[in-house]
Amino acid sequence: MQTLDLTDNDQKKNQDPFLVIDGVSKVYQTARGPYTVLEDVNLTVYEGEFICVIGHSGCGKSTLLNMVAGFNRPTAGEICLKSKPILRPGPDRMVVFQNYSLLPWMSAFENVYLAVKQVYTDKSKEEKTKIAKDSLALVGLSEAMNKKPKELSGGMRQRVSIARALSIRPEVLILDEPFGALDVMTREELQEELLSIWRANRVTALMITHDIDEALFLADRIVLMSNGPAAHIAEIIEVPFARPRDRKAISDDPRYYTLRNYILEFLYNRFALADEAE
Amino acid sequence: MAANSITSKFTRNSIGEWFQQQAKSFVPPLLALILLLSAWQVLCAGKKPPLPPPTKVWEETQPYIWHPFFDREYYDVDAKEKVDSPARKELKEKVTIEQGLGVKTMISVRRVAVGYTAAAIVGISLGIAIGTNAFLYRAFDPIFQVLRTIPPLAWLPIALAAFSGMNESLQTIGLNVNEAAGLFVIFVTSIWPILMNTAVGVQQVPQDYRNVSRVLRLGKFDYFITILIPSAAPYIFTGLRIAVGLSWLAIVAAEMLTAGGGIGFFIWDSYNSGKQSELILALLYIGLVGLLLDKLVYYISKFAVQSDS
Repeated sequence: MQTLDLTDNDQKKNQDPFLVIDGVSKVYQTARGPYTVLEDVNLTVYEGEFICVIGHSGCGKSTLLNMVAGFNRPTAGEICLKSKPILRPGPDRMVVFQNYSLLPWMSAFENVYLAVKQVYTDKSKEEKTKIAKDSLALVGLSEAMNKKPKELSGGMRQRVSIARALSIRPEVLILDEPFGALDVMTREELQEELLSIWRANRVTALMITHDIDEALFLADRIVLMSNGPAAHIAEIIEVPFARPRDRKAISDDPRYYTLRNYILEFLYNRFALADEAE
Repeated sequence: MAANSITSKFTRNSIGEWFQQQAKSFVPPLLALILLLSAWQVLCAGKKPPLPPPTKVWEETQPYIWHPFFDREYYDVDAKEKVDSPARKELKEKVTIEQGLGVKTMISVRRVAVGYTAAAIVGISLGIAIGTNAFLYRAFDPIFQVLRTIPPLAWLPIALAAFSGMNESLQTIGLNVNEAAGLFVIFVTSIWPILMNTAVGVQQVPQDYRNVSRVLRLGKFDYFITILIPSAAPYIFTGLRIAVGLSWLAIVAAEMLTAGGGIGFFIWDSYNSGKQSELILALLYIGLVGLLLDKLVYYISKFAVQSDS
């Protein structure tokens, strides 16, 4: 077929699909009858891709990611990782939660070690300790290793959460608005750290965000969701910037504003939040 | 010269500041105490006052005030036979009372410790059981809701009745019927707040922590130890703290009825023999010990519980 075309994106398309979301719908039974959150969502993710999902609140982004994580099951359709259907949560699809979800009675190290201990059951205690420590070092938290979450800032807590997720080498890293609660400076710092860790580990990442600049900086492809109820994938945008990415260089690129305006147009005109009439 | 005067000024100021700081927390309660004691003194000043004034309480309870841990029954533990050391013999001749209030209070505290510990073990276990199992919760919650509203002393007659049938087996573990009934009252008073709070704490494990456990696929035992118990700990300690207060209320009342020593019995005894000053001093003991027990559980919980914020 396209054997001679060697651009980045087409190379990916020659790979086997890694994570396949196939005709997925989610219907919740409510007191006022069934409520369709998602309808016929289709998405194929290739190994090592960074996907960002953007949409208005209530469009079912979190529902979709929860189903990939395995917390929920689709009402119809199927989600497969490496051709195996996803039936329940597991450490191969580790989640970085928006509110960090660290256990407050454990130190940063213990939080990471808990995950490491669960996954590397055949490794010795020394090896497991080393993995946990290395993961914390990766996000620059060696110093604060023995502190409890409440002694850490929001940014540091999210770093621990990222270290916990990466320590167990998941096949898919699921990030649910991980930087939403952080200030701009910390957010940008963490975006860059996440990107360099992602590059070094080539983990497949699936991330929800509200922040268009964040999506353009991080993602290979941006998934735009239509509004709920019965939300679906309205459009998928390829982000053309070469990696490694530099924030300054990207924002100087004329295509950056074309894309940014296009997404803004999408969110605020084509899929502007309608009145509560429907 | 200049440096010297600055330092001395500095130290004088900081000592002054320290006193001011301390004064803030000590002076108001001290003033309130003086006010209350004076009011009491004035109100009970007449020829035949309803209660003795503070000065009279002070005079009449001298042996109790100065010998809280005196016990006439006590012998030198190091001696082979039951003999007193010379110092104790002298003390026994000098002191007129049988037993100090500290000793009596410790009898009551020991009872609370036994009944309360049993209630904590049973209450936390049952609380976890009904908190984690929806069927058990639905089955037992209505029954517990009724039982917990029964006042502690209402349990005393039924306990006495039940235990008097078990007299012999009780004696093999060194308990008489009254003692066992007293312990049971403590147990049944303190178990409900512990049980209900534990059940709620277990039910309220935040979804975030459950999700972490699910994604890491923690086993049942690991989930129990690393997530369930620590997450429910603040609730459990709330229950423990309420329970220790209630059980101290209950033991004093139970001792007044079962006549087996202890500070509660002493109050009733003082009342019957018209020794009002002793009665008042005993109340002070009960209040202070109740406060200490509450603070003890509070500091244990502060040490044991790591909360989110």
